[in-house]
Amino acid sequence: MSAAAIAGAARAQSGGLRRFASQEALLALAVIGLAVVVGFINPRFLATRNLSDLLLGNAYIAIAAIGMSMVIISGNIDISVGALIGVLATISGSLAVAGAPILVSWLVPLVLGVAVMAAQGAVVAYLRIPAIVVTLGMLSILKGGLISVTGGKWITDLPQNFHLADLSFLNVPMPVVIMVLATALAAVWMRYSASGRAIYATGGNAEAARLCGVNPQRTVVMVFALHGFFAGIATLVYATQLRVIQSTTPPGLELTVITASVVGGVSILGGVGTVVGSTLAAILIAEITSALVFINVSPYWTDALRGGLILATVIADILRRQRRAARGWSK
Amino acid sequence: MSLAAEAPARAIPWWLKRHETLLAIILVIALAGLGAANERFLTVDNLLNQGRLMTEIGLIALPMTFVIITGGIDLSVGAVVGLCAIMLGYSWKNFGFPLPVAIVFALAVGGVAGFVNGLVITRIKVPPLIMTIATLALYRGLAEGISQAHSVRGYPEWFYVLGQGDLFGVPTQLIVLMILMLVAGVALDRTTFGRTLYAIGANETAARFSALSVDRVKLVVYTLSGLASGLAAIVLVSRVTTTRMDMGMGYELDVIAAVVLGGTSIFGGSGTIWGTAIGLAMIQLLKNGLALTGVKGDATIVVIGVALILSVLIASSLQRRRD
Repeated sequence: MSAAAIAGAARAQSGGLRRFASQEALLALAVIGLAVVVGFINPRFLATRNLSDLLLGNAYIAIAAIGMSMVIISGNIDISVGALIGVLATISGSLAVAGAPILVSWLVPLVLGVAVMAAQGAVVAYLRIPAIVVTLGMLSILKGGLISVTGGKWITDLPQNFHLADLSFLNVPMPVVIMVLATALAAVWMRYSASGRAIYATGGNAEAARLCGVNPQRTVVMVFALHGFFAGIATLVYATQLRVIQSTTPPGLELTVITASVVGGVSILGGVGTVVGSTLAAILIAEITSALVFINVSPYWTDALRGGLILATVIADILRRQRRAARGWSK
Repeated sequence: MSLAAEAPARAIPWWLKRHETLLAIILVIALAGLGAANERFLTVDNLLNQGRLMTEIGLIALPMTFVIITGGIDLSVGAVVGLCAIMLGYSWKNFGFPLPVAIVFALAVGGVAGFVNGLVITRIKVPPLIMTIATLALYRGLAEGISQAHSVRGYPEWFYVLGQGDLFGVPTQLIVLMILMLVAGVALDRTTFGRTLYAIGANETAARFSALSVDRVKLVVYTLSGLASGLAAIVLVSRVTTTRMDMGMGYELDVIAAVVLGGTSIFGGSGTIWGTAIGLAMIQLLKNGLALTGVKGDATIVVIGVALILSVLIASSLQRRRD
């Protein structure tokens, strides 16, 4: 029985791999195609300044989507990440303003992010509470807690050396460097390491994973902890770009991050997806949002478009799976 | 019609009854405690006013109880409230619909929004969680896009009867909620439709093999959820007199918390409308009690978040002990 499960998992994986490539190629094509089309309508869209602003301003979404992809691949969901990033940004900024060493104000979000998410992961994995309930509760705890503690006060006068995002490496702005590095490292780790594969195994079939010697509970806690780590990095990139940190949670951020993961080809049924896809999707979504402005569409339509995009991808993903399953049976 | 004859027909597990009794006792203690702490709390005026304030959440909590009993969830309800509120104002102001027609139109939009959720969930088999996250973004986005952030005000005076008026000294919308609650409660307890919900939630495959029309029932349940959100939107607009695109934001938290606090299992298969009614009252009293003792509105959502997690935790650990 376990041999059959392993064979099944291997088959699903090789079939899946072909699809990852196509999903990522498709996204890369869409990113380029959209740029060409919008550039044709309004050449100012292709200005270096606009394109670099677009990448700089949205790198944190791609970074947060790395962790989110892992969470979704493991068969869970997290809707508290937007509120968490808001809270961590406020803490980080407050520390810097209060005169803490800059390194401390950079590291604290990472540590706290891991702690909060690992705690949520433990509740999900060991107490068997659905992730949606835990993270919905946490969303309101973080959001309400933040506003009632800070009163929505703005954090200003950030020290000059706090702005990590202003640095650059070989002329490439730091947010982009971090985004590319984080995506590449996470992709390689998830593809080749045993614990990376365990995420896919747990999401694909937790029982089969257990029979193959993977501890699904520990994997889920690890995934949430990593998600917290990437949320911490995303916070760094996000907060150190701002001159003023508003101590509120960025509205709808969790939806943007989930959209990037889902549109990037991460299957909401668990077990399938890559972070290269989610990063490309984050770039595509940012590009679409920016393009709307350049073709004179009201930015108030952005959310509807984002919702439509998730819906279309999810439906396409599920229909594709059903077709493949039907083919598998007919053989 | 004796009690003994009724009991087996109802076939509610014993612990469920106890859960509600327990909740009711906690509710009474909370009422007494808050009443003792603040003399303004236990007045008829205040309690009726709280009833007025909880109606929107309450209306949505009824079909949400159905949805969660079937093992599903609907996160899009707050966005549907926003969309329906906008469609009410927009169709009245921009299409020139007479207000009664605009009201029916807004309700229909809510119904369609829920129907679309149900259709994709049952036909394409998209998990309810992800479907309603997607439509949460989509419906809220439509409200934003259609309204372009313009609010609508200046409704005729008669429209405010629903949200601000009284009938026999009781807020109008509270009476509507009570009637619908009774209907929903009886439907869940005493009709084939209601019993089918439990069968689906307990074991969907078994329900299918028992020739129950699982898909049709689920479709009805999600459509009801949209309709109730539409109704809540109309009540809300009538109460606050304006239409804004951010209406109903975050409602899903309050609604789900009320249902789960009321003893409906998040895993499906069990729960009652009466439990939801108590859960709803507890959440509203919690909010009101905290507000009266000087806690700001933002801090109360922290308490609701904690209550949501704790109630699921306690319910599931009790469940495990029983197993």
